[in-house]
Amino acid sequence: MHIPDGFLDPKTLIVTAAASAYALKKDADSAKKIMEEKDIPFLGVLSAFVFAAQMVNFPVMAGTSGHFLGAAMLTYAVGPQLAGLAMASVLILQCLLFQDGGLLALGANIFNMAVVAPVTAFFMLKFSKKWFSGKNFAGIFLAGWASVVAASIFCSGELFLSGLAGLKEVMIPMVVIHSLIGIGEGLITVAVCSFVDRVRNIKADGIDNSEKGMTA
Amino acid sequence: MKMIKKVWVYILLAALIIAALLSPFASSLPDGLERVSQKLNIEEKADQGIISSPFSDYRISFIQNDYFSTAFAGILGTLAVFAFSYGIGRMIIQVKK
Repeated sequence: MHIPDGFLDPKTLIVTAAASAYALKKDADSAKKIMEEKDIPFLGVLSAFVFAAQMVNFPVMAGTSGHFLGAAMLTYAVGPQLAGLAMASVLILQCLLFQDGGLLALGANIFNMAVVAPVTAFFMLKFSKKWFSGKNFAGIFLAGWASVVAASIFCSGELFLSGLAGLKEVMIPMVVIHSLIGIGEGLITVAVCSFVDRVRNIKADGIDNSEKGMTA
Repeated sequence: MKMIKKVWVYILLAALIIAALLSPFASSLPDGLERVSQKLNIEEKADQGIISSPFSDYRISFIQNDYFSTAFAGILGTLAVFAFSYGIGRMIIQVKK
């Protein structure tokens, strides 16, 4: 759901860019506290993985495709702040190198996919721990699903604020399609997170977010 | 320590394999937002923006073959994102010191 240039009006561009800049500053501040030297390559490869996985569009329904977003997977692996930074680095290069998502709309795209999506996933993971016991596959699935749907809701809101369409007119189809894409997101998130868990279990040092990094 | 290095190298390899082998077979149907903008008839409002990249649309402009064009763009992007994110991590750690 990378918004191209030409869609959003100046006020929406400015507000979302400011919100994103503020959120990324906060993310960077937390990262200073929780990140260690050894985490740097891990964050780099997770970002690279998300970029690669985002390239693989899968068909979802009559004439529409979707792709993995990765915000929930990153949130599970490294917490919402580092997930925000990683998502932002993916979005910045997609915009600059591949012209996927507009340069002026970069703030909006970062807001939807690098702020809203990880924060949604974080709260979904947190609350679902109370609902489900054990390995919490259901919670991870829901975090993946909800992160995509929440991002699509904000994306619709921005299109509405820019005067492109009525709120219902844009929100309903966006949410319907992304609820379906979200199922793919949930399944891939569960699969990748299980792998991340296995990596942790063999004591390979990733970023441990069990104690730190989980305070927004 | 050796184990740690191995794990992130494996994740990077997995990313490169996805970019090189899977991305050329990705669905080219419009994504959710593109589809909705077509339905709302706002699609033509999208402009190419103020920058122009030789790698636009996940293709390398001077490689004609569809498969290789996308595969190499994927490899390039994966490595670029790794380097960029690694650089951000370095910067953050440096500020910390």
